[in-house]
Amino acid sequence: MTFTTKTVGRRGVIQGGAALGVGLAAPTFFNSPARADMHTGYLNAPQGGTVTLGFNVPQSGPYAEEGADELRAYKLAVKHLNGEGDGGMMNTMRINGGDTALQGNGILGKKVEYVTGDTQTKSDAARASARSMIEKDGAIMITGGSSSGVAVAVQALCQETGIIFMAGLTHSNDTTGKDRKANGFRHFFNSYMSGAALAPVLAANYGTDRKAYHLTADYNWGYTTEEAVTQATEAMGWETVNAVKTPLTQTDFSSYIAPVLQSGADVLVLNHYGGNMVNSLTNAVQFGLRDAEVNGKNFEIVVPLYSRLMAKGAGANVKGIFGSTNWHWSLSDDASKAFVQSFGKEYGFPPSQAAHTCYVQALLYADACERAGTFNPCGVVEALEGLEFDGLGNGPTLYRAEDHQCFKDVLVVKGKENPESEFDLLEVVEVTPVDQVMYAPDHPQMGGAEATLGSCNTGV
Amino acid sequence: MEAILLQILNGLDKGSAYALIALGLTLIFGTLGVVNFAHGALFMIGAFSAVTLSRLLSTSYTVIDESRTDFLGNPLKVEMPYLHDWFGPEFGQAIINWSVPLAILFSIPIMVAVGFAMERGLIKHFYKRPHADQILVTFGLAIVLQEIVKAVYGANPIPTPAPPAFSGSFDFGALIGFDPLQIMYPYWRLVYFAFAILIIGAVFAFLRFTTFGMVVRAGMADRETVGLLGIDIDKRFTIMFAIAAVVAGLAGVMYAPINSPNYHMGMDFLVLSFVVVVVGGMGSLSGAVLAGFLLGILESFASMAQVIEVVPGINQIIIYLVAILILLTRPRGLMGRKGVMEE
Repeated sequence: MTFTTKTVGRRGVIQGGAALGVGLAAPTFFNSPARADMHTGYLNAPQGGTVTLGFNVPQSGPYAEEGADELRAYKLAVKHLNGEGDGGMMNTMRINGGDTALQGNGILGKKVEYVTGDTQTKSDAARASARSMIEKDGAIMITGGSSSGVAVAVQALCQETGIIFMAGLTHSNDTTGKDRKANGFRHFFNSYMSGAALAPVLAANYGTDRKAYHLTADYNWGYTTEEAVTQATEAMGWETVNAVKTPLTQTDFSSYIAPVLQSGADVLVLNHYGGNMVNSLTNAVQFGLRDAEVNGKNFEIVVPLYSRLMAKGAGANVKGIFGSTNWHWSLSDDASKAFVQSFGKEYGFPPSQAAHTCYVQALLYADACERAGTFNPCGVVEALEGLEFDGLGNGPTLYRAEDHQCFKDVLVVKGKENPESEFDLLEVVEVTPVDQVMYAPDHPQMGGAEATLGSCNTGV
Repeated sequence: MEAILLQILNGLDKGSAYALIALGLTLIFGTLGVVNFAHGALFMIGAFSAVTLSRLLSTSYTVIDESRTDFLGNPLKVEMPYLHDWFGPEFGQAIINWSVPLAILFSIPIMVAVGFAMERGLIKHFYKRPHADQILVTFGLAIVLQEIVKAVYGANPIPTPAPPAFSGSFDFGALIGFDPLQIMYPYWRLVYFAFAILIIGAVFAFLRFTTFGMVVRAGMADRETVGLLGIDIDKRFTIMFAIAAVVAGLAGVMYAPINSPNYHMGMDFLVLSFVVVVVGGMGSLSGAVLAGFLLGILESFASMAQVIEVVPGINQIIIYLVAILILLTRPRGLMGRKGVMEE
């Protein structure tokens, strides 16, 4: 038996060294100057063939249903970005008058992956889950949420850490008002816009000689909505009789509703959202407010921010009640129809406004990266600022550079009298043109002249 | 004057719910010596019994209506309740509309079963453990139960209306000579108040006038002596647990039309109900009922716009403020007995 021993000779060492040299040099080679710009110099720059987005939505707590719908929309957006499914609104979106830069091959050629976090609709929990997705999972962008308190908190975190934040459902003026940040963007409309859109419709339907009584959820969003609706309706000639703050944890609003009729008011404005809205509206109807006649007029109720998912909780009580909404599945433009088809085929029911805004935000972010040629937050900010887009369900829209707020038409809706299905709860009564809801970036309701975006942060 | 009357009326129905939950809590504490933090979950299960019955009665088959389309443009699927076929559209719908009152009967066996399962399956193992352990395990159970309900029914509130005959409100003010529209009160809340009085009366009568009740009261006063007399007091106390569960469940069933049931409604009531028990006096049934109504009415007054203007935020702390005051002046609560939780 012969044993042969392989020894490493001089030639072998040279060959091995060369191979190692090539191997070590490879990353440098692939990071040629042009590519280095794309994927270095900012936090969580994606290095492999994938890019990770962080979907921070309420998966538990009172807004879990909205969070679930947001997540469905994000998953659909990821599918479409990666070239799967029917493409949804990627087929209809128009960017600065031209086609989208998205090609259905991920973002900048990288396959889109995602991680999710649970905001629990609590600011601290939302910040913790966002931080975890940024630090542990390397998320390049955080998006989602169903509360303004959460949006403001997570937006501030993203600004500090150098990550882009594409807000989900947040309606408070503050998100793009006094608390605006360079790294944060909001597609959803806001309290000011609701007030400006609703007031003329209310005046047309209920007259200009009305006395309003406000019940307001005792937090950030409630205050800005009350302020916006009060100012807009008072400008139309209405008088505000009283405005009472109600605790966010309140479940039975009877003791707040009962004195309304004694006050001489003939309109009740419920600046409530979610479970608050369901309960206060139900209580108001129980106390006979809708059947009452005060000052020779029918008593009316107004809900400034409507959500179909919440309207479902209030059942028949929403019938005939005016409010505003960011988007509704019954819109007949090509983009909305494409989205409803795509979402409906995937999940079996129409999307909510929360799902819509989140889907749009994901697409707009991806398109901005493509156009900027980088995931670098400052590049994305530049690509989104002043962006004019269309074909995403709200008509022509501007992402204003000064406050990162989208400006588009606002829908005034009414609870439908004879719904044909469980989804058919609201009907669009007016599409308020964008000019009517436009305001100056330094508007007093938006934090005045002191409110600034600051500068974009790349995190390095 | 109208405002005061109105808030008293408002406080009565909120107080009714507090009183019913606190009554059950006190029954369990008085008999078994257990601080049951899962009692709010029983209230919630009661409300969801009403939701369940309403859904069962509305069970439907699908008919395709070719003349209309759904949101995807397909022919519309229309749900037709079986009850409409069996009893005709009008009577069938009437049965569905009356699902909340019918749920009173439906919920009793459910609550008895849940009460037995809870007591025999979990809580009995904690009788001899410290109160802190009992609080932890029952609180954990409450979280598990509410998560199960959330998994089955979702996180959104589910509208469960009262029968049409009781929807709307009546002008109580006009009845007693005030101007019209000054004191409006919903019919269903009046029904709720009357129902609460009935249940409270029934529980007191049961304890006062039946042999079973007499033994239970004796057991509450001195468990050991009653045991020495050869009476199986544990068995009776288990039955009392089930009765307390039924009381909480019925409070929940009837509350469903007042506020659409959601999975965390039990927790919303639980903490306040405990304050009610402590203010009323641990172990005192009449104290629990008295404190329930008292705190319900006080909370209503504190929510008046005029009061909030003078003392902002008073509506959120009034109950705790009163609890502190009462406990400072009467450490055993309004009607507390000596020796309860003092060993």
